[in-house]
Amino acid sequence: MATVLNVKGVTKTYEGGHQALKGVDLEIEEGEILALLGPNGAGKTTLISIICGIATATSGTITVGGYDHARDYRAARNLIGLVPQEINLEPFETVMNSVRFSRGLFGKPRDDARIEEILKLLSLHDKKDNRIMTLSGGMKRRVLIAKALCHDPKILFLDEPTAGVDVELRKDMWEIVARLKETGVTVILTTHYIEEAEAMADRIGVISKGEILLVEEKDALIKRLGQKELLIELDAPIDAVPEALAHYPLSVSDEGGLIYSYDAQAGHTGITGLLSDLREAGLHLADLSTRQSSLEDIFVDLVKEDAA
Amino acid sequence: MNWNAIAAIYRFEMARTFRTLVQSVISPVLSTSLYFIVFGAAIGSRIDQVEGVSYGAFIVPGLIMLTVLTQSTSNASFGIYFPKFIGTVYELLSAPISFYEIVIGYVGAAATKAFMIGMIIFVTAHFFVDLTIAHPVWMVLFLLLTCISFALLGFIIGIWAGNFEQLQLVPMLVITPLVFLGGSFYSISMLPPVWQTITLFNPVVYLISGFRWAFFGQADVALGWSVAAIVVFMAACLFTIGWIFRTGYKLRS
Repeated sequence: MATVLNVKGVTKTYEGGHQALKGVDLEIEEGEILALLGPNGAGKTTLISIICGIATATSGTITVGGYDHARDYRAARNLIGLVPQEINLEPFETVMNSVRFSRGLFGKPRDDARIEEILKLLSLHDKKDNRIMTLSGGMKRRVLIAKALCHDPKILFLDEPTAGVDVELRKDMWEIVARLKETGVTVILTTHYIEEAEAMADRIGVISKGEILLVEEKDALIKRLGQKELLIELDAPIDAVPEALAHYPLSVSDEGGLIYSYDAQAGHTGITGLLSDLREAGLHLADLSTRQSSLEDIFVDLVKEDAA
Repeated sequence: MNWNAIAAIYRFEMARTFRTLVQSVISPVLSTSLYFIVFGAAIGSRIDQVEGVSYGAFIVPGLIMLTVLTQSTSNASFGIYFPKFIGTVYELLSAPISFYEIVIGYVGAAATKAFMIGMIIFVTAHFFVDLTIAHPVWMVLFLLLTCISFALLGFIIGIWAGNFEQLQLVPMLVITPLVFLGGSFYSISMLPPVWQTITLFNPVVYLISGFRWAFFGQADVALGWSVAAIVVFMAACLFTIGWIFRTGYKLRS
């Protein structure tokens, strides 16, 4: 797949001396969904603002579809659609007029048929003549997406698309993103909800204190960094780990079973040895299951390590 | 040149004008009519002719200027300030348009609106006084240049303003007094000599004088000065806008 966005060594230092970005490198492949995960103040919005032209970088280069985003800003920005974090809309305008305005800004001739198609994709079509101020929060967010999509961008930035949105709307948003991916749009979304990244993204980038800590395939990331646990249920519950098994990293579960922690990626997990030692210790197995740590555990570990 | 973007901004701004018709068009017309009734008919009937023109007719150019200057400034400043205030400015900054195209869109719309109001007042004036225009082409040209220049100034104010109070500050505290003291209701020659000299530092004097010359063929200052004043003023505004563009002042962090 071709690289559609290339960010190289981008830094941002504000006038007061605060360094919001410390040399960010990022490559985005065409058609993928990348979730940029990070705590508040990590630099997610600053990075997006710089790529979209709202803020200027202190140093570094950005190319969008091969165009330098400063020198060939018209060609570069034509490829980008931005859905901002805040619901910034003209309250007195109708949905249709507002979207028409956005399409015009991107230099496209008026095409109401295309706009209506987009409104249908976002289940907004029946609201097209409503004033924005009469819409619910969720609908307003859809208007923002419609405005970002109306010039047919190749890359869509969603800055915390589900911040402050109820569970049902959040699921809706995930569906919309999945539909967009089907139409070939590359999606970059920022979030601090880990489950959102897990549910939507192909790749996940973790950003903290203005630095990208890692960017990896979601599954690989969970697998690589994931600690696994083997849950051992016993016929007869126990209170403490038997002496004979003391050299294993074991703990007793609430139900009186055993929990064995191991690294799934290590060549030798030690499970075979443990199972035979259990029998020798006179313990009888009732059931076995494994549990893998969630992205949230990984994320918390990463950010903690960075802070340390 | 991204013509579609300029057209989009222009149409969007003009739509706002027509949506708020009472506030944008009817209210300036009403207040001007009141000026005509009070100064033209009531007080004016007691005043002799000024420079050979009836007082009611004499104040027409000044009244048009008073409204046009305030309207073009406040329209353009509100036009760009409002997106900043409600946050929709992100769209302008992330769109494939140059700063100059943004300026043409907003200033063009504000100037158009002010020009329209100026012409409406001109027509309204005919209901109160007899008017014959000595130099109609110059009149339109002066009005147009004034609308554009002060819309440029308004745009700068809109970028600079950090709140609604600052937005009102320049039109209220600078422009209105300058217009009142710039000979809207009197000829400079009616002032004592010291004040005549002081008044020459008021740039609006040159605008009103030039505009009045277009109406009646006579002016307080030579026409050349009037033209020079408006050209210098417009150049200063364009220079400031160029500087804002280069530095991203109050727009791009």
